[in-house]
Amino acid sequence: MAYDYEKSIRPGKLPHIWCPGCGHGIVMKGLIRAMDTCGLDKNNTAIVSGIGCASRLPGYMDCCTLHTAHGRAAAFAAGVKMAKPEMNVLIVGGDGDGVAIGGNHFIHACRRNMDMTYVVLNNNIYGMTGGQFSPTTPTGANASTTPYGNPDPTFDISKLAIGAGATFVARTTAFHATQIDKLIAEGIKHKGMSVIEVLDDCPTCFGRRNKFRSVVDMMKRLKEVAVPVQAAAKMPAEKLEGKILTGVLFKEERPEYCAEYAKIIEKAKGANA
Amino acid sequence: MSSPRVEVIDRLCKGCSICVEFCPTRVFEMDGFIAKVVKEDACIKCMQCELRCPDFAVKVHTE
Repeated sequence: MAYDYEKSIRPGKLPHIWCPGCGHGIVMKGLIRAMDTCGLDKNNTAIVSGIGCASRLPGYMDCCTLHTAHGRAAAFAAGVKMAKPEMNVLIVGGDGDGVAIGGNHFIHACRRNMDMTYVVLNNNIYGMTGGQFSPTTPTGANASTTPYGNPDPTFDISKLAIGAGATFVARTTAFHATQIDKLIAEGIKHKGMSVIEVLDDCPTCFGRRNKFRSVVDMMKRLKEVAVPVQAAAKMPAEKLEGKILTGVLFKEERPEYCAEYAKIIEKAKGANA
Repeated sequence: MSSPRVEVIDRLCKGCSICVEFCPTRVFEMDGFIAKVVKEDACIKCMQCELRCPDFAVKVHTE
């Protein structure tokens, strides 16, 4: 049977606002499949987002959702998790929302290692506001505010998350549709902060300024640059030039913040008794 | 073996042509601004179209 995505989408919300060929819809499908795989109860699941194209995603999802200030999704999500530690908290946001405007919240959410899953939809640009360059816009690429090419070096979101202390970090692309739900499901099951970076396409703001003739060209580029991390370990360094590693990049077990905080509460109660 | 019913929901299709390009047996063709099913019998149920359609517009109804 055709997969029943509609059961997880608020009635009457489709069609969504994303442009033709935007990969956000593919990631949303992956997220729905991952939530089904993990058997998440929609009444006990919160999806939190900030502002941006990717942050429109929770508006379509039929579960507890929170659409917050620009870049502050991780902070609001941390509040939800602290108030209701039994709740499954997912954060969805774009690259600009997550690591530029919300960069500070992002790294500190990673550092605390709360049991949340952050899905970063990295389309290399600020799509909603007209294609300004973001911290993940490749060096030399054109954006509306860098018409002669972007001089800045780029952020590697996954490396940033690992450095900041996230305990599960994975990367995939919108082309690798079946890998999206597998990695998100693994992130949801992981006890601690999980960051899943999904490389995405923005045909409207990035593609047409950077000589991609069509959506399909952008999808094929994602296929070409992605190298599974296991395969990359056996490849010589010169072959990995310009490639992007996909798969589970980092995983470790570390005490989860809410559990540790509960211990502090118990300790303080004991001290006062 | 009965062939699956491949459906494009016109109301949702935005004409990105992902299904047209990624279908291995060329079941779809562009019809103006939206995709259309032209060779339903050729479908091999690989589900690539349903998996990749960003607009929730393609459905493959198998038995």
